[in-house]
Amino acid sequence: MKRLLAILPLLGVVVLVQLLTTWTGTQFYLTQMTMAAYYSLLIIGLCVLMGYAGQISLGHAGFFAIGGYLSAALTTLNLVPHREEWLVRFLNGCGLLAAGKDLYGGKILVVLPWAAAILAVLTAAGVAVLIGIPVLKLKGHYLAMATLGFGIIIYRLVLASSWFGQADGISGVPPFVLLPGLTVSGNVSGRVQNYYIAWGVLVFGLFLLLNLMHSRIGRALRAIHGSEEAADAMGVNISRFKLQTFVLSAVFAAIAGVLLTHFNGGIGPSEAGVMKSVRYVAIVAVGGMAHLWGALVMGVLLNFLSLRGVFGSYDDAVFGLILILIMLFAPDGILSLISCKKRQVQLTEAPKDKEA
Amino acid sequence: MALLEVEKLHRRFGGLHAVNDVSFLVEPGQIKAVIGPNGAGKTTLFNLISGALAPSSGAVRFHGQEIQGRQPHEIATRGMARTYQNIKMFSGMTALENVMVGRHIQGRAGFLASMFHAPWTWPEEKAIRDKSMALLELLEIADCAHAPATSLAFGQQRAVELARALAMEPSLLLLDEPAAGLNIYETAEVGRLITKVRDLGVTVLLVEHDMSLVMDISDEIVVLCFGQKIAEDLPPAIQQNQEVIKIYLGE
Repeated sequence: MKRLLAILPLLGVVVLVQLLTTWTGTQFYLTQMTMAAYYSLLIIGLCVLMGYAGQISLGHAGFFAIGGYLSAALTTLNLVPHREEWLVRFLNGCGLLAAGKDLYGGKILVVLPWAAAILAVLTAAGVAVLIGIPVLKLKGHYLAMATLGFGIIIYRLVLASSWFGQADGISGVPPFVLLPGLTVSGNVSGRVQNYYIAWGVLVFGLFLLLNLMHSRIGRALRAIHGSEEAADAMGVNISRFKLQTFVLSAVFAAIAGVLLTHFNGGIGPSEAGVMKSVRYVAIVAVGGMAHLWGALVMGVLLNFLSLRGVFGSYDDAVFGLILILIMLFAPDGILSLISCKKRQVQLTEAPKDKEA
Repeated sequence: MALLEVEKLHRRFGGLHAVNDVSFLVEPGQIKAVIGPNGAGKTTLFNLISGALAPSSGAVRFHGQEIQGRQPHEIATRGMARTYQNIKMFSGMTALENVMVGRHIQGRAGFLASMFHAPWTWPEEKAIRDKSMALLELLEIADCAHAPATSLAFGQQRAVELARALAMEPSLLLLDEPAAGLNIYETAEVGRLITKVRDLGVTVLLVEHDMSLVMDISDEIVVLCFGQKIAEDLPPAIQQNQEVIKIYLGE
């Protein structure tokens, strides 16, 4: 209940931002706010993995790309030439395919966004299990290197494969009808609706993760971060919990990838790039590692600024610089600087209390 | 039947026989102490029993079942808890949360149930909190419950660590030098606590340097030297044992 109450002001801000943009005629900001929300969904998932379970991943853009690329490929691949093959007939029989017409009036048959999304997210989860089992045995730098390797593989795969459009990526991804009347698409008329969809998903994701962190599982994860040896001796199955958290964060990344791809109407190889993964890690660090709210706020803020082009062509350089500065001056995140001051004030006041 | 049977346990590190052919029994309800000079292999012995290290050969039976070479978390679920010579608090968590982690194996809530805050997990969560708080009260540190565990004084951290181990409701508790770094008053206090724990029905196996504490509270004592067991007896007999006196005081 307490956690629900903490989320209410956030919802208020979300509505306020929408109203402000409407009143001031600056609704175009909502487009970047929507995209920033999806990136932040990935970032809060990564925050649980890094900040709470204490496992770094420099490959999360890879999971984002698995989600985005698979749903893009499946929903744009025309199955008409393969209509007679058993798999296509089977899928059609299950009602997972949608027939339609392309720009020139030609017949097309594609996988429904729902089916594609579920398959994409399940694939990301499966890949996370396969990668996670060997890789999570590693620690520190070694884990960072291994996940970095995974990210590079995904990047080179989408760049090399004609299925994924090589350097062009995939465009023409159809809208994703979540529910009747609720459609994820980049259509200008649906901008407000999409803003609320994205933020609804993000806030719900935050709610789930806040619950998780204040539960038996959350305590076990933080215990792993505190002392693996002691957590093990308390009966916490460390390798299983690390793997489950890895998969959970991969699923968050994949969902973000799926939705953002439908929103943008396409996806390109830069989404799978290593610099994206570095950026996500930097944002989690700025937010304070073990701080879901910090990750959310910084995720939205920095992504919004970046998407608005505030950093210009120095975008990646800025994120690199942010990472260096944070590690040097505020390893516990920006918000810790504020709470540190608070603590100092409390410390100086404490003796007075004792006298009284 | 003995609660814990250590049989011909052996662990080599390269050419060093850290634990060499050690056998002894721990009976239910006992306080049993393992003593010996520095480097005698006491902590290695503990790590072999709790699963942190795998033995080179030999057997450890707990409740009659062989547990050597199993993972620590598996052994923990069978009812063995331990503390550490260098306290291992979970940093970034309060004292109470540290103890609540000790209730991990009593809980059932998984990832999905926790994320959706499923109603059936509420009573479980409340029971975990209440039981943990009760343990902090038992160990007389309830007023530190909401302080960050690593900010507490050394002695208080030891008490939190003990509460955390007790939260597991173990049948056997391994204490690795529970009085290390404590002054004589605190040591006496720890001795009182250990007896209190035993009276709750928990069997205790401890490694300790402080002779007065060991002689006061132990029912039986095992003496290790260079990885080998050189004596096992009641405290008064150990005090009279010529070989033990020799290794502690020299010839």
